[in-house]
Amino acid sequence: MAGSQWELPPELCCRPMAFVALTGLDVVYNAVHRAIWDAFCANRRADRVPISFKVLPGDHEYPKCRTKRTSYEWYIPKGILKTGWMNKHLNLVPALVVLFYELDWDDPQWKEKQSECATKVEIVRTSLQGRNTKVAVVLIQKKTPLPPGEDLVASERAAALCNACDLSGKSLFVLPHTDHLVGYIIRLENAFYEHAQTYYYTEIRRVKSHKEFLNKTTHQLLFVRHQFKIAFFSELKQDTQNALKYYRTAYSLVHELRAHETNMLEIKTMAGFINYKICRLCFQHNTPLDAIAQFRKHIDLCKKKIGSAELAFEHTAWMSKQFQSFGELFDEAIKLGLTAIQTQNPGFYYQQAACYSQDRKLQAQQLCAVINASGVSLPTPDPLETPTGGLDFYGQRPWRQGHQSIDPPDPEKEKAGILALQIKERDVPHSELIIALLSNAVAQFKKYKCPRMKSHLMVQMGEEYYHAKDYTKALKLLDYVMCDYRTERWWGLLTAILTTALRCAYLMANVKDYITYSMELLGRASTLREEQKSRIEKNLIKVLMNEVPDAEPECDPSSSTAAASLWNDRMALAGSNDFTIEVQDYVPFIQCKARFQSPSFHVDQPIQLQVFVRADCPHPVRFNKLAVSLSNQEYNQWCVVESSGQENMCLSPGATRCYNFSFVAKTEDVGKKIEVMLGSETGRCVFLSWRGAGGDAASTHEALQAIRSLRHRGRGTEGRQELDWDSLTIQHSTMIISRVPKISVQLSHQPPALNNEMYCINFTVQSQEEAVARDVKLTAGLKPGQEANLSHTTYVTLNSSKVCDDSDPALLPDIPLGDLNPGEKMERCVYVKCVSTGQRVFLFHVAYTIDTTVEGQQINCKCHKDETVNIETVVPFEVSVKFVSTKFEPLDRVAVDIPFLLMTDLLSSSPWPILLATSSLQLVTMTSKTAQLHSQLEQVVLQTGECASECFCLQCPPVANSSNTVATGQYLISWRRTINNTINVQKVELPSFGRVRESLPVRYHIENRTALVQEVEMAVEPSDAFMFSGLKQVRLRILPGSEQQMLYNYYPLMAGYQTLPQLNISLPRCPTTNTHTLRRFLPQRIFVKPQGRQLDDASIAAA
Amino acid sequence: MAVCIAVIAKENYPLYIRSVPTQNELKFHYTVHTSLDVVEEKISAVGKAMADQRELYLGLLYPTEDYKVYGYVTNSKVKFVIVVDSSNTSLRDNEIRSMFRKLHNSFTDVMCNPFYNPGDPIQSKAFDGIVSGMMVQPS
Repeated sequence: MAGSQWELPPELCCRPMAFVALTGLDVVYNAVHRAIWDAFCANRRADRVPISFKVLPGDHEYPKCRTKRTSYEWYIPKGILKTGWMNKHLNLVPALVVLFYELDWDDPQWKEKQSECATKVEIVRTSLQGRNTKVAVVLIQKKTPLPPGEDLVASERAAALCNACDLSGKSLFVLPHTDHLVGYIIRLENAFYEHAQTYYYTEIRRVKSHKEFLNKTTHQLLFVRHQFKIAFFSELKQDTQNALKYYRTAYSLVHELRAHETNMLEIKTMAGFINYKICRLCFQHNTPLDAIAQFRKHIDLCKKKIGSAELAFEHTAWMSKQFQSFGELFDEAIKLGLTAIQTQNPGFYYQQAACYSQDRKLQAQQLCAVINASGVSLPTPDPLETPTGGLDFYGQRPWRQGHQSIDPPDPEKEKAGILALQIKERDVPHSELIIALLSNAVAQFKKYKCPRMKSHLMVQMGEEYYHAKDYTKALKLLDYVMCDYRTERWWGLLTAILTTALRCAYLMANVKDYITYSMELLGRASTLREEQKSRIEKNLIKVLMNEVPDAEPECDPSSSTAAASLWNDRMALAGSNDFTIEVQDYVPFIQCKARFQSPSFHVDQPIQLQVFVRADCPHPVRFNKLAVSLSNQEYNQWCVVESSGQENMCLSPGATRCYNFSFVAKTEDVGKKIEVMLGSETGRCVFLSWRGAGGDAASTHEALQAIRSLRHRGRGTEGRQELDWDSLTIQHSTMIISRVPKISVQLSHQPPALNNEMYCINFTVQSQEEAVARDVKLTAGLKPGQEANLSHTTYVTLNSSKVCDDSDPALLPDIPLGDLNPGEKMERCVYVKCVSTGQRVFLFHVAYTIDTTVEGQQINCKCHKDETVNIETVVPFEVSVKFVSTKFEPLDRVAVDIPFLLMTDLLSSSPWPILLATSSLQLVTMTSKTAQLHSQLEQVVLQTGECASECFCLQCPPVANSSNTVATGQYLISWRRTINNTINVQKVELPSFGRVRESLPVRYHIENRTALVQEVEMAVEPSDAFMFSGLKQVRLRILPGSEQQMLYNYYPLMAGYQTLPQLNISLPRCPTTNTHTLRRFLPQRIFVKPQGRQLDDASIAAA
Repeated sequence: MAVCIAVIAKENYPLYIRSVPTQNELKFHYTVHTSLDVVEEKISAVGKAMADQRELYLGLLYPTEDYKVYGYVTNSKVKFVIVVDSSNTSLRDNEIRSMFRKLHNSFTDVMCNPFYNPGDPIQSKAFDGIVSGMMVQPS
């Protein structure tokens, strides 16, 4: 009863429905009756009228009606509501009794049957003596009735039957047992429902009529009782609006009752009932806010009504129940379509219920501690026993039922009763109740997106399991939520949870968990005080030494003793003493970070790896081994530190130790990554392993903070010896890249390239290696990854003897060049033909292998060097053709047989001089007037912007269709770039005029713009108008890109425009060079002014 | 007056928590932590576009039987939480608002301190003083 004492009675929680009793049905042996009964009770969906049916025998005894009180004058009520009342009206006293009787209108024995029916009605009436219950008769007939009014016999006999049974015509029904049974039944039901409503209406009137007899002083309880009854009848009548109204009145009347210690429980119980009804109806009316408001009011009113201090747990139990049942109502309403929100959902009520249950547990522990101490046993006779086995009124004390005065009638009995209740409370499984409520709340909060609330409740559940000594479940829950608090960095909360978890692990003697939690509690995330950490560390060391740790404080002594023996057993079992703990997701007290010294290493360099280890615990900790495992297992052997005898492998608190490892990467690992996993072994049996390269759940944030902080950066620049732990960055992988090639690659060429030209790129490779570079291979050509059409318009070849065509590729891969000795130089010419203009990037990739030694290891390295060059291709010249007459007049058509001229113009746009090797006109229909001479353009050199023209005299032969267009032919030009050895006289410094017989200094600047050393011959032709001094004829060399200055002093002899002495430049090595081109740049004439008079003497003197 | 005042970082870890010493500190930590559920929900409910016009004061986050929890979120998503005793009915919304404003101003001063590294726990004495002024005075 203890658990269920606070449960709401089921008759309160159900939906009240009109009660109709069916008699005269033999549902066991009569198939027809069975079918009728089934039709009544099957498929009672929401669209059917709310009636609860019950089959009763015809002579059923209904509860006796007590004699009606005529006066309340001397009546003192004993309680608010009798425990049986609701049930009585729901299940015992029908609103309507229906008598089923098989009788057809044309029954041969009509008279006898009629009187038998009347007798049965009479029996029912007698057993309902004094009640207002209605009686109705249903005739089960085999024949389908005729429409009303047509069957005269029927109406006559019906009237007779009504008369005999003393029934009104409305209470007699006919149920033809035909195909449409369900339809008939539904119609019958509706009729019954109307009768039932009338019954409840009269009942309400009857209860209301009592009111005038009541007085406020002695009948306060009755006011509540009557309002409750009216409300309940209204509910039975399905008049929920009025029911709500009466319940509300009843609720306010309950709180008007004089409350004292003896009747507090009764008042609260009734208030709880009525509140439940109100909230339920509010939810039903879809006014959830009213329900919540009512509940808040209820809680506020009742919160302080604690009642007897010795039974304080009763109040909290009751409060818990209030919240729980409201939560359930809320939840039920949600299932029926109500929408709840994050801040207003059933979870809060379950949570509060759990909270009160926790209070109840504490109070019960306090109050019952006295009983436990004194060892009192249950008093006999049990004061909680009642003669009837139950209570007469809700919420009363079994040992003084019906007692309504302020003081208990018998203090001794009262004491015994309280004691009995306390003893009973002691046996209540509080933790179970709390856990059930919490798990309800968790389910709700999960639904309403409250992850943190959920975690909090799970912690509470875990703690409750801990109290209930179910450590496995406790650990499971705590472990589950721990990581949430860890990732959110709420260290205070995490520490609290860990402390509980550690206790659980201790009490279960779970070594691995014990070590894990200890490590985290010792870590930097723990907010424990130093002395606690110190205690935990000592315990941890004990466990590592295979000893029994000291008991955790706050564990109760009996459990601790049990745990100690468990630990002893555990320690005795040898074997499973190695634990590997993945500390990545914790914040352990040993921190570890690893980093490669650089994000990439060349394959011929030793790889350097640093591992930093640090302990945060209060005492130094010793460890045996530090090992790094890398993605390639072969390297692991290089990265191990093991304590060998004397070597100190001790971590002092707060100090960082750094271990350096270095090893040589394998050449096959070029381009691969190496990853680090760290393992260190403390004491005898625990391996800590860090995934990745160390760091833990908290270190990312710490590193971030360190980066943000200026303070740390400042510290770094001061060059302090101590490493700043937080700003140590993890470099968990390194790239092994190929060896740096020691060769030089040079490309020489003369850009821009000309369209269609075989463009020559000179490629030189020179080895600076100390060993022989073997298998040198060259890949040359268009760099892949450029525009697609470029690869179709570019051809590369090594063959200079023929012009490239479509068969040549855009990229020549892996041209073997053989071996290259140290210091050796190798040259190749690569020819490129570009068919279209534009920018192109050419790639020259040299690869070779070489043997080298790193730290005494012989390794074979592959090296390569890339060289790219950007070359622009331009159009060398443009050709235009026009027809003119023999008088050089432009023609747009030509006449047959009359000769005309074809003029071709070649305009050079190339930055380089172009040598036109030859040109020819290949005619199709035209005939040439002149004999085919050799080309007029042969060996002509065109400078930039220069134009070459050719002229052909042609004649058009007679054709059939004279007005046709006629094909002329093809004009072929073969050309090449002249190997440029032009010298440009770029500048001449010359005064703007000269004066007769005054010296005129002239300076020539001669620049070599070619890539070759040029030998130049210069001579000055004498002129009549000038005398001059300076080198008359000279032969000199000009280096590529440099210039030479020639200074002459001219002395004009005549006034007026005079021709200057001509400077002739020739290149003896290239006789073909057209010196005329140079002439263009040179001034040819100068104006010489006549001699001034005044200056004459001075100038003579100067001379 | 408040029984607990907390400043929570953008990433939802505590920068500062202070509660009245007379009561269970852990309980307040849990209360503040769970209130973040509602804060997160309220922030995310405001659309991205409206984020600029969002009011910093979030109002009553959720009522518990014993306490009322109020929230405030700065534009940089730093959260302030004030827990008030439910029995303290004299406090009006306006007063809570002004408490938050004061807190925000003081927090801004903390952030302006060049020696304060944003994201570190707040240890400023001036801030402590402001908070103390808003807490229930131990009587």
